[in-house]
Amino acid sequence: MTTAVLTKRDERIGQRSFLKQALGRPEVGSLVGALALFIFFALVADAFLEPASLATVLYGASTIGIMAVGVSLLMIGGEFDLSTGVAVISSALSASLFSWYFATNVWVGVVLALVVSLGIGFINGWIFIKTKLPSFIVTLAMFLMLTGLNLALTRLIGGSVASPSISTLDGFDSAKLIFASSVNVAGVNVRIVVFIWLAMVAVATWILVRTKVGNWIFAVGGDANAARAVGVPVNATKIGLFMGVGFCGWVLGMHNLFAFDRVQSGEGIGNEFLYIIAAVIGGCLLTGGYGSAIGGAIGAFIFGMANKGIVYAQWNPDWFKFFLGLMLLLATIINIVVKRRAESSK
Amino acid sequence: MAKKFSWRRASIALIMGSALALSGCSSEGGREPAAEGTGGGGQVADTERMTIALITHAAPGDTFWDIVRKGAETAAKKDNVELLYTSDPEGGRQAQLIAQAVDQGVDGIAVTLAKPDALKSALKEAEQAGIPVVSLNAGEDSYEELGAFTHFGQNEEVAGEAAGEKLKELGKSHPVCVIQEQGHVGLEARCAGVKEIIPETEILYVQGTDMTQVQSTVTAKLQTGGDIDSIIGLGAPFTMTILQSVEDVGSDATVASFDLNSELAQEIVDGNVAFTVDQQPFVQGYMAIDSLWLNNMGGFTVGGGEPVLTGPAVVDQEQAEEVLQYAEEGLR
Repeated sequence: MTTAVLTKRDERIGQRSFLKQALGRPEVGSLVGALALFIFFALVADAFLEPASLATVLYGASTIGIMAVGVSLLMIGGEFDLSTGVAVISSALSASLFSWYFATNVWVGVVLALVVSLGIGFINGWIFIKTKLPSFIVTLAMFLMLTGLNLALTRLIGGSVASPSISTLDGFDSAKLIFASSVNVAGVNVRIVVFIWLAMVAVATWILVRTKVGNWIFAVGGDANAARAVGVPVNATKIGLFMGVGFCGWVLGMHNLFAFDRVQSGEGIGNEFLYIIAAVIGGCLLTGGYGSAIGGAIGAFIFGMANKGIVYAQWNPDWFKFFLGLMLLLATIINIVVKRRAESSK
Repeated sequence: MAKKFSWRRASIALIMGSALALSGCSSEGGREPAAEGTGGGGQVADTERMTIALITHAAPGDTFWDIVRKGAETAAKKDNVELLYTSDPEGGRQAQLIAQAVDQGVDGIAVTLAKPDALKSALKEAEQAGIPVVSLNAGEDSYEELGAFTHFGQNEEVAGEAAGEKLKELGKSHPVCVIQEQGHVGLEARCAGVKEIIPETEILYVQGTDMTQVQSTVTAKLQTGGDIDSIIGLGAPFTMTILQSVEDVGSDATVASFDLNSELAQEIVDGNVAFTVDQQPFVQGYMAIDSLWLNNMGGFTVGGGEPVLTGPAVVDQEQAEEVLQYAEEGLR
């Protein structure tokens, strides 16, 4: 970009300016929305800018954001997963109930839960590929089945609808250190899941933009048949994406388990929509083929800010849900407006 | 190709998992082997076997209802009753469950009236079919009108006032009342009761289906500063999470609670939670079944046309030791 601009070039290979290029990224709209929301709460809520408050906002965002990583990738690959909310709890329950029932080291349960979570993802993807039903239906069925299994198995094995506490088992402390501890950053306790979340976003972004698999994901989401025609392993990619969501569910499930020692089997219902909302706010298209992992992270951050900012602003709690909805709507509108501007000026 | 690969991986992981399981036994904690069959021993009534449907608005996974159900099961075992337990948090679908019980021709219905208007017509059918009905837990204001002959429960507003009085006694003037389900009549009434006694009471809504969100929202509330000097959870699992938030922030706010489980009882014994307002759910479940059995046996009506209150019973450090033992058995 130094000397080449002086000579007149064919416009097809012309470089767009850095700004225009940046504006064309899928997450840019949500970034503007996030900034607007951040400035807004910084103005109306005194406590919002305190370092400890920001750590809380990030924590609130991370528990949505971890799942949004997998869900964003899956959505770019053109599919939905409605079983994510309860799959998180299934993972936590399988770790908890297994280690409790057999009185094993909790790490055995943690490994088992990983197998279960990946297995749920695999089954979702496999049924989807075999039956060619919409992923919406397949994962809705999985959602219902897991909801029932969570409840029935927990009661059958543990005797109560909440899993028994595993805090006295061997390995609990080391597992808690990894999945649910706090890290002191400049005097502020930041939850470790925040860092896990950021690392996962980085890895997912790297996969998407730097690897062959990333290209496959965009290809199967854009047009699966065309992708198959040029030799992309469509089935493996899609199953892999579902298993990726399973992996994210395992990470969050382990956090849930080790943060609270026990898990209530009815939790998680409804959260699947929050993950999808985060991905959509972050610029992933509902139709697939377009989006980014960073966008999903920003979407989760917007949700975290709106959710906690309302509390910091001390608004009348009766209006909480309304404001939450309004915030999300405004953030999404800003997102669309910015993106349209950017696209029309290409 | 890809499929085979995954299968192999899965089976390797499974084998590894079970190998680990064999070698990785924990030195303490976990399930206590054997020791089955506690409580409810003794003689079974020699009355003819009857069928009673217990239909609640319990959300799946709420530990509170485990205790109600345990009470009902204990009474059923003793009274030679076959207990059919169903639940649905949504009013319309709970009404359908009542209609199904009527179709099945049960001998009695015990029902929670959290959404009385939705259940009106279904209970009318039960009345026409001559099936006696009692209500429990929720429905103190509406049980008579809906044809139940008595009600077992706690007046939630009175319970809230009891909590408010206790907090006032402890010198608290600015409590936060954490509601885990916005719009839930009973929970709102509890906080209203607290507010009746301490007008400075603030309400905080959290998303009860996600504990991480409960924790971060409560943390956010405590970080707003102000003069919050106490915080009340409306269910034992939520109070446990609130307690973590309080510790995280390093706030010196007093934690109080409603309802009970063994961990909460332990925290009260240890002095980390000041008190809880218990509504004795075991009694609600037990009495509902037992009163229907009495009614069937001799036409008795418990309560003399008035609701029977099972709470509020305030449990603080003094009583917690004793209660803890029962809580561990799943009775409190």
